Amino acid sequence: MTEIYMDNAATTPVNTEVLKEMYPMFKDNFGNPSTIYSIGKRAKEKIENSRKLVAKALGANAKEIFFTSCGTESDNWAIKGAAFEGLKKGKNHIITSKIEHHAALHTAQFLEKNGFNVTYLDVDRYGFVSPEDVRNSITDKTALVSIIFASNEIGTVQPIEEIGKICKEKGVLFHTDAVQAVGHIPIDVKKQNIDMLSLSAHKFNGPKGTGALFIRSGVRIETFMEGGAQEFHKRAGTENTAGIVGMGKAIEIACCDIENKAKLISEKRDKLIDELLKITHSRLNGHPTERLPGNVNISFEGIEGESLLLFLNMAGICASSGSACTSGSLDPSHVLLAIGLPHEIAHGSLRLSLSEENTYEEIQFVISEINKIVNKLRNMSPLWEKIIKNEK
Amino acid sequence: MEYSEKVMDHFANPRNVGEIENADGVGEVGNPKCGDIMKMYLKIDKGVITDVKFKTFGCGAAIATSSMATELVKGKTIEDALKITNKAVMEALDGLPPVKVHCSVLAEQAVKAALSDYYTKRGIDPTPIVGKLEDDCHGECAHNLH
Repeated sequence: MTEIYMDNAATTPVNTEVLKEMYPMFKDNFGNPSTIYSIGKRAKEKIENSRKLVAKALGANAKEIFFTSCGTESDNWAIKGAAFEGLKKGKNHIITSKIEHHAALHTAQFLEKNGFNVTYLDVDRYGFVSPEDVRNSITDKTALVSIIFASNEIGTVQPIEEIGKICKEKGVLFHTDAVQAVGHIPIDVKKQNIDMLSLSAHKFNGPKGTGALFIRSGVRIETFMEGGAQEFHKRAGTENTAGIVGMGKAIEIACCDIENKAKLISEKRDKLIDELLKITHSRLNGHPTERLPGNVNISFEGIEGESLLLFLNMAGICASSGSACTSGSLDPSHVLLAIGLPHEIAHGSLRLSLSEENTYEEIQFVISEINKIVNKLRNMSPLWEKIIKNEK
Repeated sequence: MEYSEKVMDHFANPRNVGEIENADGVGEVGNPKCGDIMKMYLKIDKGVITDVKFKTFGCGAAIATSSMATELVKGKTIEDALKITNKAVMEALDGLPPVKVHCSVLAEQAVKAALSDYYTKRGIDPTPIVGKLEDDCHGECAHNLH
């Protein structure tokens, strides 16, 4: 059976060109970048080149890029680092949203447990944070505003530039978790008034275990990993040289002609959305246009997400759901609840995330399989029976 | 989380799906908030469950445990059907992941709810025979997750 991969928001395959760049880092250039002999210096040169490539993709300077082990580490460092730095000046308040990835949300909750005040901003039915809410929540105690650039679940892209502008005016640090956005939509940290930005290589055809944090020059935050002098004394630990080199190549490829690629993927996304919305009692989660190019998130009333995923898997289709059963907890996704979905509809959500590799033939196949599966599950669902009966 | 082959078989090819018109007992347990609802229909003749059908809204385990529960009670006397516990359903499915144990509880409860309905329809108080029903899955879910 052929496999159709439509879970690119979870992770992506490593690009062949990226792999080619990575191989020598395990053999010829295996040296420790902190050493003075040539094997180490070659490795150092390679990672510094990668730093330039990552910086270029964000409109930043190379010295503003710090390599980490993943997006989660970047979020933890940025948020805890800014909070503890702020505390030195008596600032004990941070602002974030209700639709953050757990990497940011749980970090905020950790700070709350440790004495910080945290404001979790509501979102509207599309998942937008209101910039005015950000403005109204800032006090003289606010150390940081952290808002996700684009939702990993519903794909909504936030008004980052506007939020950044408000933070700049108010003199408050602004961090964004851009793990889902980097390599998929254009980003310019200067224009968008971003002070710190988290990214992760495996979301744009780079290797897993490699992330980065952009920290604007002049911004001071506490260190997270203590130890050696790596990453300008700010993030200790011997560099993941192969990963870093892979990330550099991957971001270079992803950001080349990014607008055109985003447009082509969006067209496929919209085809998939339009066809799936023809299924009765379905709804699109997130905004119809202000969304990630590859993200489709749809709820089907009367069915449960895990069952849908299991049947899709039997048809060779890889996808995700925001149902409680797939999260290993009792509650469905906090993001779907934050946009106002009732529990029972949130349980029946499906996320498909496309890449440029996905073909229209695959999309057609997926549409037809989902139609069959939704019908099958609804036919055996007592909840569906009630929905239909209530309408009559 | 891994499902056994038996769970996947009962999920993909559920036995006894549907409704029974003029059923002698109908029971529904769970709620949409938890993400599981099971509805069970029984045909009972001279104290024997001669036919059983179910409808379930829920995850793979919810569908598989309902299917297995119908298989286990079909052809049994009411007395024997009442002895079928959630553990028996789980064992018949070669086990369930720990977070899914509540689905088997729900399946047991669905059978009991249908039998309660059978007695109620006949003007007999079901509680002494069937026992007290858990009409909400929340307690079970929370219990099994901790």
